[in-house]
Amino acid sequence: MRVREVFRFALRGLRANKLRSGLTTLGILIGVGAVILLIAVGQGSGAAVQARINSLGSNLLLVTHQSGAVGRAASTRGGNQSSTANLTPAIAQDLATSDQDPDVAVVAPVASTSVTATYQGASTTISQVVGSYPAYLPISNDVVSQGTSFSTDDVDHANKVVVIGQTVVTDLFGSIDPIGQTIQMNDVPYTVVGVLASKGGGSTFNDPDDVAIAPLSTVQDSLTGFGSLSEIAVQATTSGATGAAQAEVTNLLLAYLHETASTEQFTVTNEASLLSTAQSTTQTFTVLLAAVAAISLLVGGIGVTNIMLVTVTERTREIGIRKALGAPKGAILGQFLIEAVFLSVIGGALGVLVGIIGSRFTIDGIKPVLVPASIALAFGVSAVIGLVFGSLPANRAAKLHPIEALRHE
Amino acid sequence: MSRRGTVPAARSRGGSGPANQRPGGAAERASAVHISALTKVYGIGDAAVHALRGVDLDIPHGDYVAIMGSSGSGKSTMMNIIGCLDVPTTGHYRLDGIDIGSLDETQLSLVRNRKIGFVFQSFNLLPRTSAFENVELPLVYGGVRGPERRRRALAALELVGLSDRVEHLPNQLSGGQQQRVAVARALVNAPSLILADEPTGNLDTHSSYEVMSLFDRLNALGRTIVVITHEEDIAEHAKRFVRLVDGRIVEDRRLSPVEGLPPKLGAAESNHYPKARAPLAQTQPGTGV
Repeated sequence: MRVREVFRFALRGLRANKLRSGLTTLGILIGVGAVILLIAVGQGSGAAVQARINSLGSNLLLVTHQSGAVGRAASTRGGNQSSTANLTPAIAQDLATSDQDPDVAVVAPVASTSVTATYQGASTTISQVVGSYPAYLPISNDVVSQGTSFSTDDVDHANKVVVIGQTVVTDLFGSIDPIGQTIQMNDVPYTVVGVLASKGGGSTFNDPDDVAIAPLSTVQDSLTGFGSLSEIAVQATTSGATGAAQAEVTNLLLAYLHETASTEQFTVTNEASLLSTAQSTTQTFTVLLAAVAAISLLVGGIGVTNIMLVTVTERTREIGIRKALGAPKGAILGQFLIEAVFLSVIGGALGVLVGIIGSRFTIDGIKPVLVPASIALAFGVSAVIGLVFGSLPANRAAKLHPIEALRHE
Repeated sequence: MSRRGTVPAARSRGGSGPANQRPGGAAERASAVHISALTKVYGIGDAAVHALRGVDLDIPHGDYVAIMGSSGSGKSTMMNIIGCLDVPTTGHYRLDGIDIGSLDETQLSLVRNRKIGFVFQSFNLLPRTSAFENVELPLVYGGVRGPERRRRALAALELVGLSDRVEHLPNQLSGGQQQRVAVARALVNAPSLILADEPTGNLDTHSSYEVMSLFDRLNALGRTIVVITHEEDIAEHAKRFVRLVDGRIVEDRRLSPVEGLPPKLGAAESNHYPKARAPLAQTQPGTGV
């Protein structure tokens, strides 16, 4: 004896009932495949957020209206404009020129909206039309890959020129060279002077290339009107100085608007830190996905126990015969344990295969990223599952009394 | 034939010290089966069932015993205890000198493997497993390897006249053939005792005769055989006749001497079994079956 022989007996047992063995294997396959694939998807969405952080630049601050404060002020004080401070280009100018904010490098006022753009019958919705100064492009990590950016002169004269992102190029122009062409944005003609390099990394809901950037004065003039700005983009000198810059900008704004911290109507947010939060959310999401997958693996394991219990009951007589012929307890235990481990290991190996193949596809805009450790873990767990969940039925088989087992019909 | 190396090996591995417990002294070989004052009680208290109420039985090597009794007489209990599948409540049982009562479960399975060959009423061959693989099963559990295992399994099949059915599955064999495979399996490990429980219970008359003739010839070759049956004409094949009633032996009659041939072997065989003589002649003691 006998390990080889016990293996042979176990394989024979599995072969005797191929459909049942196959279905049990399928349970483990799905469990292992789900663990690997869902962890890869979670990892992929985390990587996408990371890419967004990189594309934004890590030292960007945004000054925005606190919408709740504006709404309350409007409803309780009824049109008393003096108390509802608007974000104006003047504030941006003030932030840029002040010497009390040494950690601020560049300031750009932003008026943004979304428009329907058309070009010779082609039509698309540009979800982010930004009106700003030329300085906005370096702040938002945008690079003109084709043509030129607009100039300060364009801002001064409110020239109808625009720089568009790759998604807009694809949607409106296809293969036509967009430089010098005129597109209609909400029926206002703009001349395309430049195309931005693709940033990628976004999902369908948050595409950083679905953008058009034009001079602030033009956008206010023709699209948004001259109300409050959407935001003021502020770039800190270094990524380490964002905290200090945030405090300085807040203080300057409070002073400028004659407000206290308790009644402030704007917020200064650190875009990168927001995305960090998003990333930790993704992390939680990944853990949740993995937990669900782990449960399905557990269910697969219970399937192994279940089928092995049925097998032991069904083969009670065989066990009795083997015992009468002198099979020691260990041989019977080994035979059924090997059957269980074999079921789960085969299922695990196929599950790894399915997981690897599945992660080559893009799922809901997310490119899954395989984590090698998850493969090793899922496969290892499947083998352990065979041992743990197989030991109950195998023990039952080994403990059967030969007389009763032989009497079993 | 059965006095080969495996027997002392089994004793040294399986028995805790049978040699010094032997009642008859070292020079004389112990009886195949020695039972004294054996009782078996199932359940406790009011629900207790006394299956055996003090049985004494001594079966020397080479004997051929038929144990008879109606259902409920305790013969199944007797068979289970002799077959080391069950342990007695009180009393002693020595198999080939080994005190079975002192063995643990692992040692019992070893004794079953080396010392006892079972033949069951319902054949009990493993399904979807060829005749050859069924026969080699006790050798597998006994740790016999490779070519030696193959040689012994094939020799056993030849002895029962099934050399041409080696790769057949049980459901491709007739009842009589299946039972002969079971007999081959029982004797392949050269046990001290072949224990048959109603071996002809599921067979027609002709197959019954085949199987009993096979037992006769095996006994003539020196095998110790115990057949449990309730049929008189089956019991007539044996050299000795033991009747159990209500857990006690009420009759123990010797039909022919231990040393001689079994009573039915002789004229009948040459009439009914011309073909089977050839393998018998080839497998005289020393061929290693």
